[in-house]
Amino acid sequence: MLSINNLTASIDGKNILNSLSLELPAGEVHAIMGPNGAGKSTLSYVLTGRAGYDVTGGSVTLNGEDLLTLSPSERAAKGVFLSFQYPLEIPGVPALTFLRTALNAQKKARGEAEIAAPAFLKLIREQAAALKIDFEMLRRALNVGFSGGEKKRMEILQMAVLAPKLGILDETDSGLDIDALRIVAEGVNAMCAPDRSMLVITHYQRLLDYIRPHRVHVLAGGRIVASGGPELAHELEREGYDKYSAVPA
Amino acid sequence: MTLARAIETGDLAELPSRRDEDWRWTDLRGLIREMPAAAGRGEVWGPGVFSQLAADERLEIVNGRGPAEHVLGSGRTLELRLIADGPGTSSAGLRLRVEPGVQGAVLLETHEALSAGILASINLRIDVAAGASLERIVIVETEADAVLVSLAEVRLGAGARFSQTVIVDGSRRQRTETRVEHPGQVAAARLDGIYLLANQKHADITTVVTHNGMDGSTDQLTKGVVRDQGRGVFQGRIVVQPGADKTDARMGHHALVLSDRAEVDAKPELEIFADDVACAHGNTVGALDEEALFYAEQRGIPEDAAKAMLTEAFVGEVVDRIEHEGARDVVRAWVAERLQW
Repeated sequence: MLSINNLTASIDGKNILNSLSLELPAGEVHAIMGPNGAGKSTLSYVLTGRAGYDVTGGSVTLNGEDLLTLSPSERAAKGVFLSFQYPLEIPGVPALTFLRTALNAQKKARGEAEIAAPAFLKLIREQAAALKIDFEMLRRALNVGFSGGEKKRMEILQMAVLAPKLGILDETDSGLDIDALRIVAEGVNAMCAPDRSMLVITHYQRLLDYIRPHRVHVLAGGRIVASGGPELAHELEREGYDKYSAVPA
Repeated sequence: MTLARAIETGDLAELPSRRDEDWRWTDLRGLIREMPAAAGRGEVWGPGVFSQLAADERLEIVNGRGPAEHVLGSGRTLELRLIADGPGTSSAGLRLRVEPGVQGAVLLETHEALSAGILASINLRIDVAAGASLERIVIVETEADAVLVSLAEVRLGAGARFSQTVIVDGSRRQRTETRVEHPGQVAAARLDGIYLLANQKHADITTVVTHNGMDGSTDQLTKGVVRDQGRGVFQGRIVVQPGADKTDARMGHHALVLSDRAEVDAKPELEIFADDVACAHGNTVGALDEEALFYAEQRGIPEDAAKAMLTEAFVGEVVDRIEHEGARDVVRAWVAERLQW
C-alpha cells in the first residue's frame, strides 16, 4: 500500500525529515508517535503535497504509484486523505456543498461518473448519523463556529464520504473530550477495511486505546527510530520519549 | 466639477482630477485629453441582465433619451436600463420617486456601456418618502475601454428603508457613487457593493451617508476581488451631524488581492459630530487564505476550482444580503461567471 523510502524533506533549507522509511501494508493501522518537533506534522504535509515543503531525497509510493510528483488534489483523487490537526474554517461554503464538490472532483479525476444529489444526500445522512452529527450542521459553512469536537467529527465524516485508500489522522485526539474521542474512534474503526490503510499520528497513547494499531513507530529527529507492536505505545506512555531524543538526527 | 458638466460644456477643465481629494484615485482629467463628440441616438442591442426576471415596469434610457421622472408604487418592480451606446459621450438622468408608505418597491438597474469608445455620465435622484421602502440592485456592465461615472443622490424620509447593492466588474475608468441624505428617525439604509476586477480594469465604489437626525441606522458591506493589474477603489464616508444622536452605523470593506500587481485603495471615514452613537468600521485587504486553499485541495478540489470556490464564497456574503430572490440569483450567477476570469 504505502511505501516510504529514505524520505528527506526540508522547510526553508532546514531538514525536518531525514531518510525516513516506512512500510504500511493494506488493511493495517499504524501509529506514529513522537515528541513535539519530531516531524510528525511535516510527514503528513509532505505525504499530502503541501507547498513550502521541499522533498530533497527518497520516494513515496501508494500502490506502486509515485505520489511526490502529484499535486495535492491529484493525491486526494488517488485516495490520500488527511484529517487535519486544526481543521480549517471555510466561510461561505456549506459543508454539504464543500463535500459534494470534493467528492465529484475526485470522481472526475478518476474518470468516474459524478454522484447525483439524492444518492449523495443518502450517503451523507447515514454517515452523519453514525457520527452523531446533526444534519442541519451540514447546511452551515464548513467548520465556521464549530467546536473542536465538531470539527474533528466533520473530518471523520469527510473521510467516510470520500472513502480514501490511505487515511492519515494528524493528532485527531487533540482537543477532544472522552465522549467525542470515542465517537471519532468508532468512526475510524468502522472504516477499517482490507483495502484501506491508516496512519495515526499522535503524541499521546490515549487515542490508541480506542484505535488499535497493528504497529507503532517512534518518530524522532526526522526518522523512524523504533518500531514494535501495540505494547510499544504503553512503554512510551510510561517512560516518555527521553531515550529517543538522544538519537542523533 | 463633474463629468456631466464637462460633457455638457466640452470643457476639459470641468473634469475632476487627482487634485480633488474625492477623485485622487479616479482621475479623469489626466485620462481624457480631448472631449469626444456626442454619441448618436444609440440602440438597444438585446435584453439586459435583469430582463429575465418578472418586472411590473421596464424603462430604457439610451444615450440620455428617455423619461425624466418616474414614480414607483407599492410592491412594484422596475427594471431600469441606463444604456450608453458609443462611440462618443452621453449623459443620462432620471428622477425616481417612491411615494410615502409604499412598501416592497424594487429597482433592478443596469448601467450598460457595451460598445467601444464610450464616455458616459449617469445622474439619478431617488426619493424614498416617509415610511416607504426600496431595494435597489445595480449591475454595471461595460466594455473594457469605457469611461463611466454615475451618481445617485438618495433622499430618505422618516422611517424609510433603503437597501442597495452595487455590482461592478470595472473598465478603463469607472465610478459608481451614492450619496444618501439620511433623516435619522428610524430610517434605515443598507449600502453594499461588489467589485471584481481583472486585467487593467479600474472601478471605484464611493458612498457618502449623512445622518441629519436622531435614531438612524446605516449598514454597509463592500467586498472586492482584484487580480492582474486591476485597481479597486472604495471610499466610504459616514457623517453624523450634530444632534444625530443614537445613530447606529457600521461599515465593512474587505478585498482579496490575487496578484502582486493588483491594487486596492480604500478610504473608510467616519465623521462624528454627535453624542451617544454606535459607529464601527472594518477594513481588510489581503490574499486568499493559503491554508484554506490547501485544505480544499487536499479534499480533491483542483487548485483553480478551489480558488474560485473560496473567492465566490468570499463575495457570497454580500450576495446573500440581497433581499429580492430573483435578483440574488442573477447576481450570484453574474459573479460566478466573472470569477471564471
